[in-house]
Amino acid sequence: MAAKLRSYGRGLAPLLWRRGLSNASSSTMIQQQQQQQSGKSMNLYSAINQALHIVLETDPRAYVFGEDVSFGGVFRCTTGLVDRFGKNRVFNTPLCEQGIVGFGIGLAAMGNRAIAEIQFADYIYPAFDQIVNEAAKFRYRSGNQFNCGGLTIRAPYGAVEHGGHYHSQSPEAFFCHVPGIKVVIPRSPREAKGLLLSCIRDPNPVVFFEPKLLYRKAVEEVPEDDYMLPLSEAEVIREGSDITLVGWGAQLSIMEQACIDAEKDGISCELIDLKTLIPWDKETVETSVRKTGRLLISHEAPVTGGFGAEISASIVERCFLRLEAPVARVCGLDTPFPLVFEPFYVPNKNKILDAIKSTVNY
Amino acid sequence: MKTRIMGFFGAVNQSCFGGDSYSYLCRSSVSSFCFNSSRTANQLDSLYVSDDDNNQALDFPGGKVTFSSQMRFISETGENRVPCYRVLDDNGEPIIGSNYEQLTKELAVKMYGNMVTLQMMDTIFYEAQRQGRISFYVTSLGEEAINIASAAALTPDDVVMPQYREPGVLLWRGFTLQEFANQCFGNKADYGKGRQMPIHYGSNKLNYFTVSSPIATQLPQAVGAAYSLKMDKKDACVVTYIGDGGTSEGDFHAALNFAAVMEAPVVFICRNNGWAISTHISEQFRSDGIVVKGQAYGIRSIRIDGNDALAVYCAIHAAREMAVSEQRPILVECLTYRVGHHSTSDDSTKYRPIEEIEYWKSARNPVNRYRKWVERNGWWSDEEDRELRSNVRKELLQVIQLAEKTDKHPVTELFADVYDAPPLNLQEQEKQLRETITRHPKDYPSSVPV
Ligand SMILES: Cc1ncc(C[n+]2csc(CCOP(=O)(O)OP(=O)(O)O)c2C)c(N)n1
Ligand SMILES: [Mg+2]
Repeated sequence: MAAKLRSYGRGLAPLLWRRGLSNASSSTMIQQQQQQQSGKSMNLYSAINQALHIVLETDPRAYVFGEDVSFGGVFRCTTGLVDRFGKNRVFNTPLCEQGIVGFGIGLAAMGNRAIAEIQFADYIYPAFDQIVNEAAKFRYRSGNQFNCGGLTIRAPYGAVEHGGHYHSQSPEAFFCHVPGIKVVIPRSPREAKGLLLSCIRDPNPVVFFEPKLLYRKAVEEVPEDDYMLPLSEAEVIREGSDITLVGWGAQLSIMEQACIDAEKDGISCELIDLKTLIPWDKETVETSVRKTGRLLISHEAPVTGGFGAEISASIVERCFLRLEAPVARVCGLDTPFPLVFEPFYVPNKNKILDAIKSTVNY
Repeated sequence: MKTRIMGFFGAVNQSCFGGDSYSYLCRSSVSSFCFNSSRTANQLDSLYVSDDDNNQALDFPGGKVTFSSQMRFISETGENRVPCYRVLDDNGEPIIGSNYEQLTKELAVKMYGNMVTLQMMDTIFYEAQRQGRISFYVTSLGEEAINIASAAALTPDDVVMPQYREPGVLLWRGFTLQEFANQCFGNKADYGKGRQMPIHYGSNKLNYFTVSSPIATQLPQAVGAAYSLKMDKKDACVVTYIGDGGTSEGDFHAALNFAAVMEAPVVFICRNNGWAISTHISEQFRSDGIVVKGQAYGIRSIRIDGNDALAVYCAIHAAREMAVSEQRPILVECLTYRVGHHSTSDDSTKYRPIEEIEYWKSARNPVNRYRKWVERNGWWSDEEDRELRSNVRKELLQVIQLAEKTDKHPVTELFADVYDAPPLNLQEQEKQLRETITRHPKDYPSSVPV
């Protein structure tokens, strides 16, 4: 009986998958220039919440689960979902990250959209094996007979001013070293909603890191409708001619302040939101660096082995003769994330501003 | 045996006897108390019972297993829920016929004093967080008996690997209120050098490993540490704590299995307080709690009333004696309740009824129950109680004030201890950071000396 069920499910999976995608196609893929400014003013956690509502509404085979999601999650992202969609589709799991992701892989492999929440990115490591050895290789190792593309793992990441070692980490680089998964990080509520919908509907497993500092802090107009923002497309969010800055997530607002201050000193900065870290949009960064001749990357994670190193190496390969200064990296220090030393640890505005100036005046 | 219902999310019989099998005498040098234990043989072969007509057995690599012509699945539940050992009834009166160890007046009063101190520290530190003076706090309210009585049953050489809701163990071992405050304020007297969030205490001197937020990671480590004590033939064990939620992590299962296989002298104390943040135990596991998991791994286990300080003391004392003298792991499940919110980031009224909290806070309050017993013995008076509380309160306010105005550790400490000595990259980064601070001193808090 169990075996029969399983083969039935598997046989159906591609079909269901298509069904899932066709549901999604009623949504619009917004190109950057088309993005409306209109909508309802909301913060980032509400935008995530809206995306989850939409996906559960439009896809009967979508599930949302994780530690404490039933009552709304510790960051309120899953508020109201149980009441609306029932506890078969939205539920608490036991406290076990490897279980959450393994369960999600199995659910996804049967043709469902499994939206798993890891309570903090700092607690994703027990699930590392399931993500790296399982989710990432599910399609490849089976010759594309099986896949778990319906899996999306959401996890709050990054500094919050009082998180210490285990409520502050930015572990994105670990996952960027893993072919087979995508890594996406939004910078704002509107981006969060559109990107999350794309991640959930993308036919590949995705790790979606949410900047928890911005859950309440970042507020903007978010379109009410079902829309998706393209993955693997970076966006120039500020145009300039002297230096290119690349970042993602919460760090962008700090970089933007540095750009504004640099402008007062007559330095014109171009700021790029990478959005998808793998597979990343080299072309947009390359085009920009060809124009400015200079590159600065900033992320909260420790500088050594951070994703900035990969961007730097790739751009040096592509733009070596055009570069007028070494690529600058303004990142977290090579220490665990510290509590009282947090202001010293983080790549703040003035660290970035200093690096902009020394790169431009190299 | 007196059977009562405890109202713990489904009724659990209370028993003054630990198990339902045979009782035996512990080889304790401390006293000749008596307790009961579930039967767990070292040699599974001794469990081999041939009730097979043809007297046939499978000579399996793991030992002999009888054949059966019955296709019988083992039930997912036992016939009855595992009863809960307790000594004191709700009025603090010892249950007739219960097996427990007599405490001296001195020990009994010290335990009570520590329980009150822990409770008051929680109340006042929690308040300090509400006022924005510290960034975070977690209380142990409702779990004072587990904290203090388990600590009292150990020797100072027993190594403790905590989860995070066990600061009472440190308190018992002599960690001062000032030391607690220093950690919460992350000042220069904090042994963790201000690097971790409040409540992440640790003390090498007191054999108490530093708290780490990731759940359950301490458990397999505890087994490794216990194996070291075993190899060194120490008269000590490792005692490690875990919540009900924590037992769902892979590390819990790895630890129990390792402990059994390595025959490690480790006591696992599970504080089953009904909730893991907002997750009720019915969403955490479907077994009869934690206690039954021990047997599956070949570990002797007991369920006790975690709100009965005497039961906790006696059971943990017995557990550590067995762990050390027989070189084996023991699992103790304490039934209790998290009376406070999960932490200062939580509002538990969002997910559980206020009446439930109230019930456990008043009717099942472990401190009040224990106090009644101490008073009944004539060891404690209202006058002494007033004096204790007023002294502790005064001290708490003082230590907070002092901790607050004490400087933080200097910037060098940001780079120290990543490794035994800072490698080149960190030396460079420190130099760079100092230059940055000189350029932009306003970006950095003045409480951290450069
Ligand atoms: C690996 C990991 N996952 C998630 C968390 C977040 N978290 C902190 S405490 C907690 C609940 C723990 O519940 P329990 O073990 O029952 O202990 P209690 O708080 O009830 O004492 C969770 C999910 C964590 N700290 N570590
Ligand atoms: Mg609990």
